[in-house]
Amino acid sequence: MSALLDVRNLHTEFRTGAGLVRAVDGVSYTVDPGETVAIVGESGSGKSVGAMSILRLIPDPPGRITEGQILFGGRDLLGLSPEEMRAVRGSEIGMVFQEPMTSLNPVLTIGRQMTETLQQHRGADRATADRRAVELLSLVGISDPERRLRQYPHQLSGGMRQRIMIAIALTCEPKLIIADEPTTALDVTIQAQILELMTGLTRRLNVALIIITHNLGVVARYAKRVNVMYAGRIVESGPAADVYHDPRHPYTIALLRSVPRLDRPRQARLDPVEGQPPDLTRLDRGCAFRPRCRFAIAACAEARPPLEAAGAAGHLSACFRRDELGAAQAAA
Amino acid sequence: MYRYILNRLLLAVPTLIGAAALVFALMRLIPGDICVVRLGGGGGMVDPKAVAACHAQLGLDRSLFLQFVDFIVGFAGGNFGISMWSGKPVIVEIGSRIAISLEIAILSTVVAVAIAIPLGTLSALRQNSWLDHFVRTVAIAGIATPSFWLGIMSILLVLEVSQLTTGAPWMPPIDYVPLWEDPLRNLSIVILPALTIGYRYSAVTMRMTRSAMLEVLREDYIRTARAKGLLEQLIVNRHALKNAMLPVVTLIGIEFAFLIGGLVVTEQVFNLNGIGRLFVQAVQNQDYTLTQALVMLTVTIFIFTNLVVDVLYAWLDPRIRFG
Repeated sequence: MSALLDVRNLHTEFRTGAGLVRAVDGVSYTVDPGETVAIVGESGSGKSVGAMSILRLIPDPPGRITEGQILFGGRDLLGLSPEEMRAVRGSEIGMVFQEPMTSLNPVLTIGRQMTETLQQHRGADRATADRRAVELLSLVGISDPERRLRQYPHQLSGGMRQRIMIAIALTCEPKLIIADEPTTALDVTIQAQILELMTGLTRRLNVALIIITHNLGVVARYAKRVNVMYAGRIVESGPAADVYHDPRHPYTIALLRSVPRLDRPRQARLDPVEGQPPDLTRLDRGCAFRPRCRFAIAACAEARPPLEAAGAAGHLSACFRRDELGAAQAAA
Repeated sequence: MYRYILNRLLLAVPTLIGAAALVFALMRLIPGDICVVRLGGGGGMVDPKAVAACHAQLGLDRSLFLQFVDFIVGFAGGNFGISMWSGKPVIVEIGSRIAISLEIAILSTVVAVAIAIPLGTLSALRQNSWLDHFVRTVAIAGIATPSFWLGIMSILLVLEVSQLTTGAPWMPPIDYVPLWEDPLRNLSIVILPALTIGYRYSAVTMRMTRSAMLEVLREDYIRTARAKGLLEQLIVNRHALKNAMLPVVTLIGIEFAFLIGGLVVTEQVFNLNGIGRLFVQAVQNQDYTLTQALVMLTVTIFIFTNLVVDVLYAWLDPRIRFG
């Protein structure tokens, strides 16, 4: 099966006062039709910029996609005219953002914000668009949809607004939805509901889902595959179960230790990832994680380790000591 | 909503009483005496008996408190009194001048809005382009140039151009005719002042529109609109403009209220008999009744425009609820 989305060697840069920031620095990954892929990393790792690059929503200036290809259904999105790109956004690729509080326009009704996508892309008339909006609101579990359509965002809770964002993303039956930290701003109980809803719907409707998160629990539970990003690069990728149970990059290991797990003794202490994320304007030729890495060796300062096979099939790691790490974890 | 408006109107009462007290006190603090001015014309000796008679006639011999009560009661009953200077009812003095002031205020607001909102928006959309720089230069020039100078220049320009093209210099007529009597003649009087005032007004509004628009364009919901693949013009007109209009509407309201009564110098330049000029004359003549009535008129206009702005706010932004 050919990939729905094939990101190849993507580079996105920002020109800032402090210097050139390579927010996405040679990232490649694929997403199959209907597949859920997670992109994990801490703030500033380039995961959101990478996702925004797919829709070409990087504000230019200061940002710019300088290199690479983004093949979506075989077409390179980076080669499309602005008009063609606009036809892809919201129609073939939907997007759900992090902040449901600010992502909906405060002065327009929910109905208007839901129907305009359909009117724009499908030329639907008002009545058809309204019917579809009601249908979508029921689909995302919002009661009394007719009334909701006439309401404004401030009259709804955060969870409801995120449901509406999901409904908007689904409006034109896209092939792919990109969800950028869709639950970060929500209460923990609501988070689970929204994730269940999103993964359930995408599975049912056979929509591929890229879920950007810093929460590894989300990954383990919902994603089929995972890409771990650090300093603009993918440092580990593979089937979610493999990465979770047999991490081959020190950063992934550190991340996993920093979240509470039910399969560990309750007394086990949480271990935050030490140090600060690197300053992207001052990266040297060595591994970017080196200053925070407890496994660093001399070679790490000389060159960046390439992303190479580690462990099970499809599991890749960008660490010189990936095989040792596997053995050490197994021994522990 | 209606309750809110009623509430606001009730709140206007203390504001008006405060303004009345202020103008009443300030007028009487200014050195000079209307009777001395009237009788002596500024120079020479004046017969104290004549002054006393004049005071008695104008009611200035009574206690300040009584005078104030008289003023407030009259104002509440819609009786603004007689101009101390001309002897005509204040309402007649103001009535003959309010039309032109209102017309110029409305017309220059229309000019300002028609220029400022499209240009300010374009300027924000094409930030740092040559168009943006051009618009900003024009705006800065508009703020920096005094309206009266621009007025003089525009009159000269019309004179010169008409001289060159038709051979006879043309100037706007001086005697005011209402719009409904002779629209063409009326417009030929008010168009130049409206344009000169509208230019400065548009400059301020343009800068506000631009900065409000720039801020709104960075909002998350604009990114959402882009991610939905909406047409750029739809994003601007539907998603951005309505949000960006909030501060602009406030500014337009304040400026509009100022234009009625605040155009002293411009009215002088264009030889218009408006409220601004009347204001200066009234103060110079120590015409207590007329000045008081004019201040109360201005305050009322300010209160009213503010109310209109607040109602517009609620229409623009559903988050604002009247409580």
